[in-house]
Amino acid sequence: MIEASNVSKSFGDHLVLDGISVKFETGKCNLIIGQSGSGKTVLMKCLVGLYEIDNGRVMYDDRIFSRMSFDEMKVIRQELGMLFQGGALFDSMTVEENIVFPLSMFTNQSPEEKRERANFCLSKVNLENVNKLRPAEISGGMKKRVAIARAIAMNPKYLFCDEPNSGLDPHTANVIDNLISELTKEYNMTTVINTHDMNSVIEIGDKISYIYKGKLWWEGNKDTILESDNPELNEFVFATELTRKLKQK
Amino acid sequence: MISGFLFHIGRYILLIRQVFKRPEKQSIYFRQILIEIENLGLDSLAIVAFVSVFMGAVLCIQMAFNMDTPLIPLYTIGFATRQSVVLEFSPTIISLILAGKVGSRISSEIGTMRVTEQIDALEIMGINPTTYLIFPKIVASMFINPILIMLSMILAVAGGWLAGSLTGLVPSSEYVYGIKAFFEVYDIYYALIKSVVFAFLIVSISGYHGFYTKGGALEVGAASTKGVVHSTMAIIVFNLILTKLLLA
Repeated sequence: MIEASNVSKSFGDHLVLDGISVKFETGKCNLIIGQSGSGKTVLMKCLVGLYEIDNGRVMYDDRIFSRMSFDEMKVIRQELGMLFQGGALFDSMTVEENIVFPLSMFTNQSPEEKRERANFCLSKVNLENVNKLRPAEISGGMKKRVAIARAIAMNPKYLFCDEPNSGLDPHTANVIDNLISELTKEYNMTTVINTHDMNSVIEIGDKISYIYKGKLWWEGNKDTILESDNPELNEFVFATELTRKLKQK
Repeated sequence: MISGFLFHIGRYILLIRQVFKRPEKQSIYFRQILIEIENLGLDSLAIVAFVSVFMGAVLCIQMAFNMDTPLIPLYTIGFATRQSVVLEFSPTIISLILAGKVGSRISSEIGTMRVTEQIDALEIMGINPTTYLIFPKIVASMFINPILIMLSMILAVAGGWLAGSLTGLVPSSEYVYGIKAFFEVYDIYYALIKSVVFAFLIVSISGYHGFYTKGGALEVGAASTKGVVHSTMAIIVFNLILTKLLLA
């Protein structure tokens, strides 16, 4: 479980996160949703330690992550996988090299073992025969899947996904969502997904946290979100014709 | 302006401290150093050779033009060409050229990695991105640049000999006698010390600008320009400091 307690973060005079307390449960897809600029990406970057928080604390199970030094954080970071919005694959490496990179850095596996692991991770994301291609040679959806394969290469306990289906067509977005959900259940990971895609919310939202103007505004799941009477949440959820029709049904 | 300058100096020193932290896995870093020797050094071989030959040729012709008097022996042209090449032209001018070629490459490579979140990805994996990205480049440059500078010296002196012989300004025997006359090994040490310091400045300053890039493609271009301009300025300033320390 990951727990953020009273987390605040400012950039200059601009308060982006205002005392957010939220728990992300193990074995579930925990979604952070909110409008653009609401602070959800900043919250995720605070959770993984890319931004230092001003107040509060972040805990991974019983370990206080936010008070650790860079070297202490390394231990937790090896238990953590992250899927970035653009994939963040290393341009200078092939697909296979991207996946085996963390293994080369932190394990003593032989080249054969690492290759086997890379092929296993690629099969988990339904990709094959792409090992020798470079990121520039594959499509956006494939990049996301390779990034997921890289994120799970080290058998992470915690998986973070920053807008995993942004820029993808609805079908590919759905494939990515289901993939993340299946992997979460299969490996019993604590998965935190940052999204503003309502389709993802309804498909895989085991636990949903709505961030509004830097505050935690509402919590629930995919079954309760459509029934909420919270006006700010409803403004976000029913912003499109599709979701409005869904509610009418 | 002064506070901005001090801010950058402070952040640069902190970055350098991070760069020299113990690497996660030394075998990976050793491989990276070899890759960077090829990227930063061997790929610069052609431009270094081209510039050096022509630089030496021009130097020789200028020396001959300025020493057009029977009071100065002809071998002085070879001697003056060698001294100019060894003391200043090869270590400084070639380093300035490398600041443009290698510096812009480093800033834009690391800057692009920053804006595409590849540096964040390294950090999330528990890898110190400064050590992983900048340390191998520094080691590789500090190793290969002195070799490039030595090569440049040889080619520039050869270029001078070629120009002097082909134009008939200085006979081959006089030029060869001149380049051997009053030779001090310390001059070579001086040039190599400068090239090592300049290599460190080029990579660390360009790496600094790339590492702290914010924004998108426009900012990567700006970081690349800053990397070249600031490493060029640093070379000029340190050239004076080192010359005062080592020769005066």
